[in-house]
Amino acid sequence: MAVEKRVRFKSWWLPWVLIAPQMAIVLAFFFWPAGQAVYQSVLQQDAFGTSTVFVGLENFERLVNDASYLESFWTTAFFSVAVAACGLSIALLLAVMADRIVRGAMVYKTLLIWPYAVAPAVAGVLWLFMFAPSVGIVSFTLQQLGLEWNHLLNEKHAMALIVMAAVWKQISYNFLFFLAGLQSIPKSLIEAAAIDGAGPWRRFWTIVFPLLSPVTFFLLVINIVYAFFETFAIVDTATQGGPGKETVILVYKVYYDGFKALDLGGSAAQSVVLMAIVIVLTVIQFRYVERKVQY
Amino acid sequence: MKLKTVVLSTAFAIVLPAHAQTEIQWWHAMGGALGEWVNDLAKEFNASQSEYKVVPTFKGSYDETLTSGIAAFRAGNAPHILQVFEVGTANMMASKGAIVPVAQVMKDAGQKFDPSIYVPAVAGYYTAPNGQMLSFPFNSSTPVFHYNKDAFKAAGLDPEKPPLTWPEVTLAAAKLKASGHKCPFTTTYVGWTQLESFSAWHNVEFATKRNGFGGLDTRLAFNTPLHVRHIENLANMAKQGLFVYKGRGNTADATFVSGECAMATATSALYGNIKRNAKFASGISTLPYYPDVPGAPQNTVIGGASLWVLSGKKPAEYKGVAAFFAYLSKPEVAAASHQRTGYLPVTLPSFQLTDKSGFYKQNAGTDVSVTQMIRKTTDKSRGIRLGNFLQIRTVVDEEMEQVWGGKKSAKEGLDDAVKRGNEYLERFEKANKS
Repeated sequence: MAVEKRVRFKSWWLPWVLIAPQMAIVLAFFFWPAGQAVYQSVLQQDAFGTSTVFVGLENFERLVNDASYLESFWTTAFFSVAVAACGLSIALLLAVMADRIVRGAMVYKTLLIWPYAVAPAVAGVLWLFMFAPSVGIVSFTLQQLGLEWNHLLNEKHAMALIVMAAVWKQISYNFLFFLAGLQSIPKSLIEAAAIDGAGPWRRFWTIVFPLLSPVTFFLLVINIVYAFFETFAIVDTATQGGPGKETVILVYKVYYDGFKALDLGGSAAQSVVLMAIVIVLTVIQFRYVERKVQY
Repeated sequence: MKLKTVVLSTAFAIVLPAHAQTEIQWWHAMGGALGEWVNDLAKEFNASQSEYKVVPTFKGSYDETLTSGIAAFRAGNAPHILQVFEVGTANMMASKGAIVPVAQVMKDAGQKFDPSIYVPAVAGYYTAPNGQMLSFPFNSSTPVFHYNKDAFKAAGLDPEKPPLTWPEVTLAAAKLKASGHKCPFTTTYVGWTQLESFSAWHNVEFATKRNGFGGLDTRLAFNTPLHVRHIENLANMAKQGLFVYKGRGNTADATFVSGECAMATATSALYGNIKRNAKFASGISTLPYYPDVPGAPQNTVIGGASLWVLSGKKPAEYKGVAAFFAYLSKPEVAAASHQRTGYLPVTLPSFQLTDKSGFYKQNAGTDVSVTQMIRKTTDKSRGIRLGNFLQIRTVVDEEMEQVWGGKKSAKEGLDDAVKRGNEYLERFEKANKS
């Protein structure tokens, strides 16, 4: 049964007017800054902007020749996959459980959504406090259990710390969407499966999860973008990229070179690279992963 | 008619002074106790005259303050005075169009200005090769050795005899550990205290070309056998739990003030914080050294910050800036600032005034920073002024973390830090050659 899904407008200008506000926002907040970044990336400027030299691709050349920059790709890949995987699975688990709660549901939901209102830098500091070697409450407990927690010198601990902070910050967002997705699944489908003798586990994987796939796909894209772009404040407050360069993810290096070292050209070149990566990743996700999504 | 005149004149009386007052924006990075100090300075200056009004604004950490100042400059609404930490000095000097040399500001305003009254080791750092003072040496500190007297007593050490050399520090740390102390020794700013000041203190170069004073083609030189020996020593102490690494920057400050760590190499300006917040008796001593090194101890290098005047303002406003700097240089004002914060005295008269008042005798240890700094300096110890210094400090942090964590030997860590840091120096040289 082929249903015509496209809406037809009688006048040619109405659709343009309707998308105009959105277009204006995208132009002002995406295309314009993105263009600026591309422009900056071929310049070398002193911090105050009093002298500007066109240097062509020199900023990019330096990146390619920087071994630590290439290493930072692996750090970022690991970090992003870890954040997206943990963030999505924990949020899904919480959403499924919150969906079944009858009494006090509002309280649970509010508490779970809360962390979303916290700024990334604050999230970083919060987790840093809990895990501060020897004085943090979690690291103290770990010490009692025989695990010497020290993210200042142990790179696994440092990575775990920023992943936890980044995931915690993003769970609320994922949770909201999963919960909404769960509530839109018709109860009759699940009841029918139950009558046919399918247990809760089976019902979840054969009915609920496939019906959630549009939401999951959307969240996957959002979470990857989040891990790539919005996590620099967490890294800055929690580990500053240390120990060594073990937690220097790409966007933190953009932030460090641009806002601390004041090397705007080099920082812009990195954000152009980062932008290209995210564009490629999003295209891949839409072309290959979206095929498995059932709307 | 009469009433109108009265109303009008009253109105003028209220409005006129407000209009005549020129506002001077001052962006700074002083939080907590130091923030109160900055606000008090502005308040007292404003009360001392009616022409100018200095408005201090706290802009966060040193690098946040610098970033906001630069962003504001690019957007055309820069403050008049910007506080910049010492590692930003070479970069500020290179930004010629953005700043007005302090000597110039004073001269144009007709203020009496005698560069020779400023403490030479400090003023020299902020002076261009042609002898012109570029920024105002507002708050300079130097690393000193802080120790917890109560912890010393508990460990059976003499609280009035702080360890003076590194071998003595190791012995004291071992005794503290034996008495149950979890963090016998820590340090803030590893690069500043353990390599930069360490070099000057032992009269060896941190970087070639007189530590950057002699030209842009300076290169790092802190991988000599002496440096390797010291870092190796610290790495061994770390392995035995005698030295505990507490993170980059000044994060270790809090661990000393809280009593968690018993000994710390940290800024002399920690004094105000300790005096106010520490619940134990504490002492200040000179930075430890290796007694077998000829020429040690020499002098330490400065940290802290200076005040830069940004370009593009009205002459009347620059006059106000000059008046404010002249006020800050007054012996009694500078002496009060020094005694309150633990920063170095800005001028020699303020040091003499403090000395005469008996302050150093009543507050043992407060003269340590001064005696460490007010010495005849050598070409190797005058100070360290490098381009892209902030990045070099980060490189040092990163490489030293590898050493404390046991992933690299002291030699490998220092060699790699020198190699990576030199890339930043080469870039700075190239960018500023023209």
